[in-house]
Amino acid sequence: MHFERAHRHTWRKIKSGLASTIAFVSALLVITPLSLVFFHLVVNGAGSVNWDFFTKLPAPVGAAGGGMVNAIVGSLELLALAGAIGIPVGVLGGVYLAEYGSARINSVLRFLADVLNGIPSITWGVVVYGLVVLRLKGFSAYAGGLALSLIMIPLILRTTEEVVLLVPNGYREASLALGVSRWKTIVHIVMKTASKGIITGILLALARVGGETAPLLFTAFGNRFWNHSLSQPIAALPLQIFTYAISPYDDWHRQAWAGALVLVTGVFCVNVIVRILTRGRAASVV
Amino acid sequence: MEHVDQPVEPPPADESVPACTFQVKNLSIWYGEKRAIDNVTLDIASNAVTAIIGPSGCGKSTFIRALNRMHELVPKTRVEGTVLLQGEDLYLNDVDPAIVRRRVGMVFQKSNPFPTMSIGENVVVGLRLNGVRDRKFLNERLEKSLRMAALWDEVKDDLHKPGTSLSGGQQQRLCIARALAVEPEVLLMDEPCSALDPIATAKIEELIYELKARYTIVTVTHNMQQAGRISDYTAFFYIGRLIEIGPTTKIFTNPTDRQTEDYITGRFG
Repeated sequence: MHFERAHRHTWRKIKSGLASTIAFVSALLVITPLSLVFFHLVVNGAGSVNWDFFTKLPAPVGAAGGGMVNAIVGSLELLALAGAIGIPVGVLGGVYLAEYGSARINSVLRFLADVLNGIPSITWGVVVYGLVVLRLKGFSAYAGGLALSLIMIPLILRTTEEVVLLVPNGYREASLALGVSRWKTIVHIVMKTASKGIITGILLALARVGGETAPLLFTAFGNRFWNHSLSQPIAALPLQIFTYAISPYDDWHRQAWAGALVLVTGVFCVNVIVRILTRGRAASVV
Repeated sequence: MEHVDQPVEPPPADESVPACTFQVKNLSIWYGEKRAIDNVTLDIASNAVTAIIGPSGCGKSTFIRALNRMHELVPKTRVEGTVLLQGEDLYLNDVDPAIVRRRVGMVFQKSNPFPTMSIGENVVVGLRLNGVRDRKFLNERLEKSLRMAALWDEVKDDLHKPGTSLSGGQQQRLCIARALAVEPEVLLMDEPCSALDPIATAKIEELIYELKARYTIVTVTHNMQQAGRISDYTAFFYIGRLIEIGPTTKIFTNPTDRQTEDYITGRFG
């Protein structure tokens, strides 16, 4: 009897060890691609990330040096345009889903937003190309911003809805019981309580579209020079990386690596900010 | 507590102030198909504490929430009958529920100070969001409300700290101060002590006794001893109907209805 027990005990230990090993290996497998990507970017790109990269326009083919300042600024401009449309629509839509509307209509809207989230990003490029670029007879920053904003809206909408729903009903009741109107309660109490979560959703959406290439191919189009008007084609970091990466020139390849490194670092920084913002999330409400 | 043993005087008849703050007539409330309140008629005395007692699901909370139209937050509610506040019908079509709630404040079972706000901001938030900007006025009202809620001495040096940093009992008194800051005429309390320890409960009960000099108070309680200690009048509800209302001493010593007696003596509920 005693022996039997000891035997089982060993077998259990082996099973436990096996399970934790498998889990550990899986975790490694998850982290490996990320570390490989980062490693390659640093090895190939770090050498070309220098002052010129952030301050100079692209050099002509064959000429050494040059940078991607126009693409970096262009990406920021596109993000600003996308945010100007996507943030208000996404946040207000999410608040509507969480606070207003009938259950049936809301479940339809929620389902549609999830479908939109699953649409390949190039589709948005095509849609905006048909709706805007063809009509205005030209590629433009506006079109690029619009395409990116269409990707952002369902993302922000769903995250906003989720964090607003997390706000306990007691706060709404407390505010309404003070004779505060419904919309003031929503803006000053509910949205304020959920603000960290809402901002997190916005930042993650910005980080996501910041790296999008496909929807910009036939909307923003790219530009080797400064963009002087938002109704003209504009450069963007992912587009520039794309163009340089498929080119036959070694100089450009190096620049593409550098661009990718800068882009990934930017996205990484946004994620770190999000982590800091959501630190102690369990302690506070949302 | 001593005051309960003394015979309860009905509030003095004054011509400018009706003796009854609320007059509820034939009130019925439905949630969808379910009737939560069934033809309730009662008066609620001014400057007195009225306790609503009854077993779970008897409609106590629905009734108290109907007094400031908070029950409307649940979709598909329907109301029949009238509720008069100082003679004015709360349920007329052109009455804004926000105005009703400014006159009839509410404290909830679970203390709920706003987590994004400091102690001070929590107290004056009702005034702020209703458009009061005057700093001096807000500060005066802040101190006055906290004093009335017997919290001033404990928090006067920590007004900038988060409201959620206080203890459970202090948070509940903060919520009372927040409700008082908009200067309501009535204070509704939905089981205000059920989440508190005995010492914090005693403080709130003491506070309720002091507040009734200025306010009409209606409180829901599960705790019979508490109803006995703090209230002047007690209403017993059962399955959505008002079984009996009367001076607390009478309800507890010599109830008219058999069901009230059974409930009070602990035979059911």
